[in-house]
Amino acid sequence: MSVVYHTSSQNFSRDVLSSPVPVLVDFYADWCGPCRMLAPTLDKLAVEFSGKARIVKVNVDKEPELATRYQVSSIPALVFIDDGRIVAQSAGAASEAALRKALSQMTGAAA
Amino acid sequence: MAERVTIIGSGPAGWTAAIYAARATLDPLVYEGAFTEDNRLKGTLPLGQLSLTTEVENFPGFPAGNMAGYLDSSIDESKRKYMAPHGGHGVSGPELMELMRQQAANFGTRIRTDDIVEIDLSKRPFRMKSLGGDEFESHSVIIATGARANYLGLPSEERFKNLGVSACAVCDGALPRFRNQPVVVVGGGDSAMEESTFLTKFASVVYLVHRRDSFRASKIMAERVMANPKISIQWNSEIDEVLGSEEKGVTGVRIRSTLDASKKQELPATGYFAAIGHTPNTDFLKGQLQTNAKGYVVWTTPQRTYTSVEGVFAAGDVADDYFRQAITAAGTGCMAALDAERWLAAQGIH
Repeated sequence: MSVVYHTSSQNFSRDVLSSPVPVLVDFYADWCGPCRMLAPTLDKLAVEFSGKARIVKVNVDKEPELATRYQVSSIPALVFIDDGRIVAQSAGAASEAALRKALSQMTGAAA
Repeated sequence: MAERVTIIGSGPAGWTAAIYAARATLDPLVYEGAFTEDNRLKGTLPLGQLSLTTEVENFPGFPAGNMAGYLDSSIDESKRKYMAPHGGHGVSGPELMELMRQQAANFGTRIRTDDIVEIDLSKRPFRMKSLGGDEFESHSVIIATGARANYLGLPSEERFKNLGVSACAVCDGALPRFRNQPVVVVGGGDSAMEESTFLTKFASVVYLVHRRDSFRASKIMAERVMANPKISIQWNSEIDEVLGSEEKGVTGVRIRSTLDASKKQELPATGYFAAIGHTPNTDFLKGQLQTNAKGYVVWTTPQRTYTSVEGVFAAGDVADDYFRQAITAAGTGCMAALDAERWLAAQGIH
């Protein structure tokens, strides 16, 4: 399975909202094929951006509250959060290059 | 230097072509498709239509059985760890496709997770551009981009894909979840007739939802449907929403009358089958290959995969609006690779 950390509503504040670095939250579900296809890219980027950004996963079936709070209507859904605020969103499938660019921009702005 | 053979597509046709071309030392390059939201929405992500199905019972060589060990030992660890857990009985569509991809990779096939978005077939070698910015030339091309099933486009359809929503009764109809249960088919053409009739072998009742008061299907097929006591035709009706839950998948549909939109009715069902046709994935060709009236690439020579442009071969569903099976796609993929190999040899390109 994925090496990316799974967060929950219980730990969301600690893991995401109070994170010292920008966070990319991946809303996904086990039954979602495209989510599965996105997983290797996120694992790779998590390692690449280690220390500069965090990538966490939220299982929308286990965490419906979080999914509702972030108005996730289709998955995969990616939400970029910095200082507890949403700075960018990306619905659905996204290429490695696009995500790397988005993460670079976010971490550049935070530095 | 120009590529010798470029294969566009990553279904059974594309991988079979790659396996044959690689073993013929043609060093094939495969564009398996890009991982984009556009492709996700259209159902054209890498590994094709089969990756959207569940168990594959009709691909020869894969009788029901536990394949966990085989999958573990044959598929590269970096891919294997992201695959869904094995179901324990027979091969699934996504597993079969990963196996084919692995087999092609084992023989040295180069694979790009990218779409070809532009191709110039007016002169050889053929010039191509990818979504990711690759630009290159290839002496021969095998078009194996397949087709996509048409869905109505409802969010609730998307939600339950693989959980009772299907666009292929022949692929999925025999699964346990549909046996002795009511199912819904939407459509009014030949494929809707065929799917409904096929499903009566398994389902307790087939609700055939059609928005008009007559079928556009051929008379003989429509008559067969109307005479079948297990098919309940819902005339002048369209799907309002597919109903279900995470645990149970599809539990029914809500239909509304096309004559009076306020008239709604819920039908219980464990399955929902869209039978509103397929569309071949030929947009990127921009009309450079001869197609039939439905837009499928035409094979111009009997028993060959030649297209209207010399050096361009077509395989699988992109050139087949009739059989549309994994095994027939694999068969024509093999044919296209052999055709390409012989054509290249005749051109003196080795």
